[in-house]
Amino acid sequence: MAVMNIIQAVNDALRLEMRRDPSVLVMGEDVGKFGGVFRATVGLYDEFGPDRSIDTPLSEGGIIGTAIGMATYGLRPVAEIQFADYIFPAFDQIVNELAKLRYRSGGQYTAPMVIRAPCGGGIRGGHYHSQSPEAYFIHTAGLKVVMPSSPADAKGLLISSIRDPDPVVFFEPKRVYRGRPVEGRITPWDQDVPEGEHTVPLGEAALLREGRHVTLATYGAMVHESVEAARLVAKEGLEVEVIDLRTLWPVDVEALVGSVKKTGRFVVVHEAPRTCGFAAELVTLVSEKAFLHLEAPPARVTGWDTPFPCTLENDYMPMTPRIVDALRRTARF
Amino acid sequence: MGSSDSDDLFEVIGPDGSADPALDPGLPQGTLLAMLRAMRRIRAIDARMMMLQRQGRVSFYGECRGQEATPVAFAFATELTDWIFPALREGAIMLVRGFGLDSYLAQVYGNDLDELRGRQMPSHYASRSVAQVSWSSCIGTQVPHAVGAAWAAKLRGDRTVTVGFMGDGATSEADFHVAMNFAAVYRAPCVLCCQNNHWSISVPSDRQTASSTFAKKAVAYGMPGIRVNGNDVLALFRVASEAVERARSGGGPTFIEAFTYRMGAHSSSDDPSRYRDQRDVDEWARRDPVAVFERYLTAKGLWDAERGAALGAELDAEVLEAVRRVESHGPPAVLTMFDDVYAERPWHLEEQRQQIQNEDQRGEDG
Repeated sequence: MAVMNIIQAVNDALRLEMRRDPSVLVMGEDVGKFGGVFRATVGLYDEFGPDRSIDTPLSEGGIIGTAIGMATYGLRPVAEIQFADYIFPAFDQIVNELAKLRYRSGGQYTAPMVIRAPCGGGIRGGHYHSQSPEAYFIHTAGLKVVMPSSPADAKGLLISSIRDPDPVVFFEPKRVYRGRPVEGRITPWDQDVPEGEHTVPLGEAALLREGRHVTLATYGAMVHESVEAARLVAKEGLEVEVIDLRTLWPVDVEALVGSVKKTGRFVVVHEAPRTCGFAAELVTLVSEKAFLHLEAPPARVTGWDTPFPCTLENDYMPMTPRIVDALRRTARF
Repeated sequence: MGSSDSDDLFEVIGPDGSADPALDPGLPQGTLLAMLRAMRRIRAIDARMMMLQRQGRVSFYGECRGQEATPVAFAFATELTDWIFPALREGAIMLVRGFGLDSYLAQVYGNDLDELRGRQMPSHYASRSVAQVSWSSCIGTQVPHAVGAAWAAKLRGDRTVTVGFMGDGATSEADFHVAMNFAAVYRAPCVLCCQNNHWSISVPSDRQTASSTFAKKAVAYGMPGIRVNGNDVLALFRVASEAVERARSGGGPTFIEAFTYRMGAHSSSDDPSRYRDQRDVDEWARRDPVAVFERYLTAKGLWDAERGAALGAELDAEVLEAVRRVESHGPPAVLTMFDDVYAERPWHLEEQRQQIQNEDQRGEDG
């Protein structure tokens, strides 16, 4: 075991997979010599050289478009989009090409690859360094979408994503890259990460806290706000079951439905805007599959339906007080 | 050849069918006749498919008429291990590279003989067996894939070359720019070929660019740009062979502009009389690539009207028989709709597959 932060865990996963499989490579803007603007690929250039730790021209469409060709040919590219906000020039390549290649070729061609993209707010990055665009990709048949919340999961899920036969969009919550929020401050990670081989299967949620009154489903940076909210309301006798989805799609529907059947109450927390956000799908799934168990309207605690603001980001994101409020309202309904 | 001035138009066959001996690639008789057969076969298929489309038996069709020289030249200039990324009018390359006619036509019908399992519109041909990659209808998106695959081949040390096709309209897309740029920066072993057929549906090529030629765009990216008569199969063969050889030997990518004309409509859904002058079409008809090549072969004593008529009858019969066999197939089984979305069906697709199965059963009960 070793104490790592998410960046170090991502780096560890990439290095191990590149050592294991010569077809794995990383590519993107500043990922080579410099090691990435968040340092996720640091050291890979020295160990694997410029042909496997590739500095590309500044072109997200080009990174993804050529990575699709590479993956179709037989390599396993891990393409970095420097910020998830910059993924949209590649949106057509991801949605119309990458996601549909297996299907449209009758299973003859596939492009198994990973797109890594730091996402989410909390770094004072304004509209274009803060967005959470996961819903667009969850909506697209043929993609898997993953978002870890901790170093151990980041490592285990990234290794599984690289080995997966399908394309994976792997969002990394940058706010908790180097630590987690404890009582309003980001403190260094104290979580042990298994050294060497460590995989976390795609499609399995993690039960972070057991409880019998309310089920709270969340992912990414909001896991930490949610765990804190659950700790606070526990003092009032409200026992919240916290589920970290980890893989957003295909979602672990059994974990969700099983928990809601036990608690009868459901709250979803995510940073992305509310309308047509992933919470809408999760609430629908729970309503369809556990309707007669529900004792309160499911609640969504999400980013507002505005562009992501810079100065007021802590009022935009669903921080602990709003989650606490939603938990109380849902429990008392 | 491979002129440094990308405004020049490289040609081998003159209007009278004569060829400059210094430029003629000197192909053996058998190869020349095989090229003509391939061009005429594509034309025979197109004619039959357009007719069947008008009869409502084929849903849509994008014919290659007037542009047969490019796919045929590239099929002969590549090896079977080379990868092809076609656009709308180059799908027939795989026929020339040995793909069976019945399976090819099944991709027009999208029936249970179709190895693409009815997932694609007609004119989106692909098969792994001939290294031809599935195209989307989105313009230019396949060009970065051709570059990425070539780059991957280079990283692996394979001798594979890739060929990516596009039309003149595709050069206005961002994907064209990124593909050209990445190809040149990484010296990817690929050939990128733009069939400038003068029309992107109704918009003429002078609305796609203010450049005097498309070929000269290559210069700014740092790769050779070659402009070739797209109705001259021998000129195309020479240019394509040299570009493929340059790529294979580590010389990097080449951009080729095949200067040609779309003789038919954009597709079976289009009516070009609304936007173009028939006199231009008639003028280009005099430069028809099949007729030009037949004049060349006639001048060499390899061809005459009698052999032409016999080949026409043979190809028409071949296509008609294939159509008869292919049309006997029905649509793919409904449940195949849920296959190939992912390597394995996740829970939600299992659920939806079950749902459609239940609906089917209810329908039968009712």
